[in-house]
Amino acid sequence: MATQTTGASESFYKQLGRMYGLYTGGFVGFILLLAILEQFGVPNRVLGYFFVFFTLAVYAIIGIATRTAQISEYYVAGRRVPAFYNGMATAADWMSAASFVAMAGSLFLQGYDGLAWVLGWTGGFVLVSLLVGPYLRKFGAYTVPDFLSFRYGGNVARFLGVIVLVCCSFTYVTAQIFGTGIIASRFLGMQFEIAVFAGLVGILACAMLGGMRAVTWTQIAQYIVLIVAYLVPIVILSTMKYGIPIPELTYGKAIAEITAREQELIKTGLAVLCTAADCGPTTLKPHIQPFMNYTPLNFFGIILCMMIGTASLPHILMRYFTTPSVKQARDSVAWSLLFIFLLYFSAPAYAAFSKLEVYTNVIGSNITALKPWLFTWGELGLIQVCGRPAASLQTAIDACKAIAGHQGILRFQDFTIAQDVIVLSTPEIAGLPYVISGLVAAGGLAAALSTADGLLLAIANALSHDIYFKMIQPLRQAVRSLLVAGVAIAMVLGIYLFLAMPSPLNLNASWLPSALQLGPVQWRWLLLSGLGAMLIVVLPFWGRANDVEKRLIIARVLLLLVAVASASLASTRPSDILAMVGWAFSLAMAGNFPALVMGIWWKRTTTAGAVCGIIAGLSLCLFYLITTRYYPQAGVKYFGMTSLLNPETGRPLVEVAKILADPKWLADVPASAANPMANRVGWFDLNNINCGLLGMPLGFLVIYVVSLMTKAPSKEMQDFIDEIRKPRGKTVLEEKTS
Amino acid sequence: MAESKETETKEVLHWRKTTRLMFTHLGVWLFFGFIIHMFVHTLNQYTIPVLGFPLGFYMAAQGSLIVFVLILFIFAKQQNKIDREFGFAEDEE
Repeated sequence: MATQTTGASESFYKQLGRMYGLYTGGFVGFILLLAILEQFGVPNRVLGYFFVFFTLAVYAIIGIATRTAQISEYYVAGRRVPAFYNGMATAADWMSAASFVAMAGSLFLQGYDGLAWVLGWTGGFVLVSLLVGPYLRKFGAYTVPDFLSFRYGGNVARFLGVIVLVCCSFTYVTAQIFGTGIIASRFLGMQFEIAVFAGLVGILACAMLGGMRAVTWTQIAQYIVLIVAYLVPIVILSTMKYGIPIPELTYGKAIAEITAREQELIKTGLAVLCTAADCGPTTLKPHIQPFMNYTPLNFFGIILCMMIGTASLPHILMRYFTTPSVKQARDSVAWSLLFIFLLYFSAPAYAAFSKLEVYTNVIGSNITALKPWLFTWGELGLIQVCGRPAASLQTAIDACKAIAGHQGILRFQDFTIAQDVIVLSTPEIAGLPYVISGLVAAGGLAAALSTADGLLLAIANALSHDIYFKMIQPLRQAVRSLLVAGVAIAMVLGIYLFLAMPSPLNLNASWLPSALQLGPVQWRWLLLSGLGAMLIVVLPFWGRANDVEKRLIIARVLLLLVAVASASLASTRPSDILAMVGWAFSLAMAGNFPALVMGIWWKRTTTAGAVCGIIAGLSLCLFYLITTRYYPQAGVKYFGMTSLLNPETGRPLVEVAKILADPKWLADVPASAANPMANRVGWFDLNNINCGLLGMPLGFLVIYVVSLMTKAPSKEMQDFIDEIRKPRGKTVLEEKTS
Repeated sequence: MAESKETETKEVLHWRKTTRLMFTHLGVWLFFGFIIHMFVHTLNQYTIPVLGFPLGFYMAAQGSLIVFVLILFIFAKQQNKIDREFGFAEDEE
């Protein structure tokens, strides 16, 4: 890589520009073609299929064309992704289904307080560049646990690194696969479970053959789709409303109009203002008013946790291992944030435009005059009118009639909208042609797929490189056989549990004749035998494979297993898992950040210090999460937790003493989602999503104290730290192993 | 031996400058990520002319984000200059 001449890399760069330029042009042409087809009366469903399958086919072609049989290509894309393109790939890696679909929605619902997420998910990249990223690039690792193991001499630190990585990545990837299922099922009318496994095929097509190399080049393609899809609807909307095609500038006016309309609603009695006396869920919280949904502590806590989480999440950090140099790693972080910024500074515009629409044309209007777009989402239960899903005009009218004294005019408290609807419904609300809705669906799919690819690769690489290659391979034959036997037993147990799982697994297509419809157990058998068949195909290759090939086969088999596991989990619609995605940031922050930063910036950090610090930080964070979510009773009784407070009224959210006296909730262990105390108790009025605020300082403190109590690191280790601080020279790992 | 002494002091100086640069940018990050938003109530009393945004809202929705992007491009340039000054920059490009 260092031997590559400047001329070669320049022509590579130019060729990339040509290819992705052509691709973008082709994509725009494709959208225009579909727009013309729509005018000729091609049905919406068909347009939706065109969008999804064309984009999926392109990703799969890129994924297969960039397959590789080299280790460094598989793990770090050969370390020759230019800064600009790595920036794009990181942006796609970073922006998940939640960023694309749900963020504008939470800005809609929470107003100013929702901006905590926007700030938190951008500012973290400053920390990546200042504190961690370029140094890890100079070290020359394949994975984050690689660095921990080298710096903290041994497999204990490596194993802890893998645990942190799996803790924060697995729930996250499950949520992405769930997202692909939701989008595909909504826009293609597929059954949800089938859509999940269709999404899985899309993900595997990209990641399996080419590893990091294939994921990089598809993520760039996915970024282009997702940013075009996100910006086109609001650019059109802004032009229609204010005559200027830059929504980021014009939504200031929309906010002023919202504020005026809010006061009008309150004056005419259509809404009740949230005040210190009463600030329940049905009261109106002014859009620009801060700290009505979060207390200042939780608002700034979310910003800090999301930022530091960004700088500790392994699937983001490993993207900077792929650049040709340390300098380019730094440039690349800057490009990443620029590309991410394009989406994040547009999200509040989505929120403002749709809020203005809802406040002027929905609330305050006669119920009989509700527009039809409402009911397509009402049917899915995502929009409620008068407390019931607004499946049709008649149900809405009936629901409001049932409320005593209702005048037939829709009030603020009569209308609830799920946050996922905002972005997906904007084209319909604005009356744009269906082709724009299809584009938005393709964009959401690209966001979910690209993040899922990056996360899957992070997990599978940690398992194959760190666990198998670095920890199991070097063991003695006897120990290895024992391990293999153990894994085999665990797998048999796993298969048994999988078959016995009570939740429904129904993948039957509706057009299949009933004789061919399979039961849930039969479906599981089919999936398992598919996996078994794949193993049988792999086995002959295994016998003839050399060491490099063996490593790659292991990497791919593990990728497949992790992917199937998370897709199976996603197909059961696990509500808890989806709510836990925000936790990933706090877990990464508490587990990884102190050890990474101290390892680079303080030479005196010792192995014992780091190991204790990771364990302490991660355990405290996990303890807080699990206690507040699943064992709030124990938290209150034994650990002095109290109810969280309402940010506006300052009153407790739940009356703990009353609930503890109620045998119904005392027996509810672990707490179900219905338990009023779940997620509503804690220390210092701290939301459990902010548990990193407890874990990270403890991690730093423990590392500092234990390091000072133990013997300073060897001279050799201190020289090694000097080496990663200087960009010049070979990567440290190369020097050590060659 | 003399030469290794020299690189050692160069290393120390290089790291001192790098650290100072890091803390400077960390300060800017802290200010725009947190401190300025603590005064949102005061800032919201001002409205940006023409665009119509309340200033406190604008800083959280766009202002701070623009600063973050700028920090990263400027930092990359400055750190590269420090590396070149001490001869620690990479050869390629």
